[in-house]
Amino acid sequence: MRYLSSAPLDTTTLLESIRDPSRGAVVTFVGAVRNHDGGRPVVALEYSAYGPMAEAVCGQIIAEASERWPATVALMHRIGRLVPGDDAVVVAAAASHRDAAFQAARWVIDEVKRRVPIWKREHYADGAADWIIPPEAVAAE
Amino acid sequence: MLLFARYAELLGASSVSIELAPGATIADVVAGVRALPGGDQLPDRPLCARNLAMARLEEVVVPGDELALLPPMAGG
Repeated sequence: MRYLSSAPLDTTTLLESIRDPSRGAVVTFVGAVRNHDGGRPVVALEYSAYGPMAEAVCGQIIAEASERWPATVALMHRIGRLVPGDDAVVVAAAASHRDAAFQAARWVIDEVKRRVPIWKREHYADGAADWIIPPEAVAAE
Repeated sequence: MLLFARYAELLGASSVSIELAPGATIADVVAGVRALPGGDQLPDRPLCARNLAMARLEEVVVPGDELALLPPMAGG
């Protein structure tokens, strides 16, 4: 798997894969598991994915980002059971200048949230668990 | 048809088999899934994927297609 990982994310290696002395602006976004959601204390988050499609869509997002901006982008998403503070997703962008790096990184994380087939289930302190539906998510055609 | 997350929970399975007539569309497959126990809680027109890409319900299914019903995405 190139974009999904069931092991803790290796941000250092991810950054090394896009860094180059010609690209002086490096932006990293880390999405970590929050310990609260809607006022409820969260004890764990389970991420699951349609693996082959998630990999394909991540590859498309990376390719599209490279076409839109003069930036090199990398991303990794964790799957499995995570606890608050764990890194769930990392997006890194490197470019000659910061405008492209910031814009590419922002666009990529937004696209990941919009179209990669990954789902999450939140577990609460009282033992309850809910599938998360982001407010902007599309449920149906 | 592959099922994920909440949809797999509703149907109690990670995949279901639906018999199709030639020329059937993805919508026909969805109708078949919705007729199964638990399937009535699926949306009328859920997100679906065909061969690892988002697909429209009107698309005709051909042998070898990998179909999936996708709940609202929640990655990132």
